[in-house]
Amino acid sequence: MTDATATAAPATDTRRAGRFLYLAGVVVLCAWVIVPIYFLLVNTLSSPDTVNSFPKPFIPDFDLGSLAFFAKFAGMLTALKNSVIVAGMTMILSILIGAPAGYALSRFDFAGKELFRLLILLTRAFPLPLLALPLAVFFIRTGLDDTTFGLALVHTTLALPFAVLITFSLFSGIPIELEEAAWTLGCTRVTAFTKVVLPLILPGITASAIFAFVISWNEVFAAAVLTIENRTLTAFLLQNLDTSPLHLKFAGGFILVVPALIFIFAVRKYLFAMWGIANR
Amino acid sequence: MNARILPYVLILPVTIFLCLFFLYPFILVAQLAFTTGAGFTLDNFREVVSHWKFPISMRNTLLLAGIVVPVQLALALLMATMVTKMDKGRDMVLYVWTIPLGISDLAAGLIWLAIFEQSGFLNTMMGALGLVERPVNLLTFQNPVLVFVAIALAEIWRATAIMLVILVAGIGLIPKEYYEAAEVFGASPWKRFVRITLPLLRPSLQTALVLRVILAFEVFAVVQALGGTLFPVLMGETYAYQFDLLNSGAAAAMALIILVISIAATLVILRVLRVPKGATI
Repeated sequence: MTDATATAAPATDTRRAGRFLYLAGVVVLCAWVIVPIYFLLVNTLSSPDTVNSFPKPFIPDFDLGSLAFFAKFAGMLTALKNSVIVAGMTMILSILIGAPAGYALSRFDFAGKELFRLLILLTRAFPLPLLALPLAVFFIRTGLDDTTFGLALVHTTLALPFAVLITFSLFSGIPIELEEAAWTLGCTRVTAFTKVVLPLILPGITASAIFAFVISWNEVFAAAVLTIENRTLTAFLLQNLDTSPLHLKFAGGFILVVPALIFIFAVRKYLFAMWGIANR
Repeated sequence: MNARILPYVLILPVTIFLCLFFLYPFILVAQLAFTTGAGFTLDNFREVVSHWKFPISMRNTLLLAGIVVPVQLALALLMATMVTKMDKGRDMVLYVWTIPLGISDLAAGLIWLAIFEQSGFLNTMMGALGLVERPVNLLTFQNPVLVFVAIALAEIWRATAIMLVILVAGIGLIPKEYYEAAEVFGASPWKRFVRITLPLLRPSLQTALVLRVILAFEVFAVVQALGGTLFPVLMGETYAYQFDLLNSGAAAAMALIILVISIAATLVILRVLRVPKGATI
């Protein structure tokens, strides 16, 4: 360390100052993330009158008026239900379709592997929600227009690259020797997978499924383009931005944030493992 | 099943799905953009480019990306280096810092609307400090700079987390031996950061920047929530063509323009941050 050459007293002083600056930085950056969310919470848990008044209290008055207004607003609960359905379908589709490819990438060397990886990586380099525009026409022709399933298909396109790369990294973390041992003990490829690999991988798969759910839950543009009657919550809120009162906007925003908070907490352990391998 | 066929069977669903919902829509969008019913034409492009709002929305989108992304990069690098030095409370701090990762752009816009609207928290704070007599309407056409600042802050707040996650994961892959060796030779923390962290972090920086820049060109819901029509951006105009003007040809042309900018930006980033051939960590 460079400090060792300096005299003892100033060195501890600068170190203490540096330590203080460092801690202050961490605290400030934490506040920078949390305080805006707290403000939204205050607005959500205040009566509509308080939300529209001035000055604002910094502590909520724990009135459920805004949330009740949100629940009673025509079409809002249906939109909430649609959001959950679309996100649920996206979650299932992206894992069912993506996980086998992740397994193939981690276990086999096959001709065209690099090309396949390129296709997956390519999808991340494009503004995917834009693809909803031509699909709107395509869906009318196939009868998928304005359905939750049609939207779920588009959201699956968004979530799929992540599902493949994440499951790829998860499967790579399990030594192939475990599977080979199971084969020598009489398992077939399928039973070795279900009895040995699957139990080990399940928490990670859940994490990436949750990630797919969040991607769909948060998506605004494609949802607004592809649904008219069956709006999701994001599309519904976006459509009514000009006309809805403030307390409705804030309550809606809060309902959007809550699952995100829980889900990020649930997948926090996997977040970094997911991205570590995805970079390569 | 045969081990030579199996991998292809396993990747088949993804390939079919991506062909159907990723490659095919590309052909469709190009078709929509280059036709008006009477064969090949550039009319859609002429129409959108000559619209008076086009230069403004283009400038706004690029300006926003040009300011937001570098700030996010610096902030994410700072946060990532802070986290790597941490031992106690690391998980907690990382969780808090990654919260915005799960928050949609619409919700982020609404969160910052709670701060910037006329009866919002910024006005309340300024009132308490005696800076303003009455609540002032901050987000109007008379304050274009303030509208821009609000949108930029919301974007920085929301999307720094994705860069942070990628960079923290990347820093984790750098072997500690490099730092130990540098310390032995008396390199200062700043020198270690510039000479070891940054160069070895190149693949992660690539991923983070590509992802962020593309998302920055797609900025939409944050702008709608905070600025509405006060701050036109490319994606917002695309949406307006599709819905308010019911002109899907023009919307497709806009989509292609955004696509081209995104691809150009991606290529530039990949080129600038390329990893020298044969170099590995």
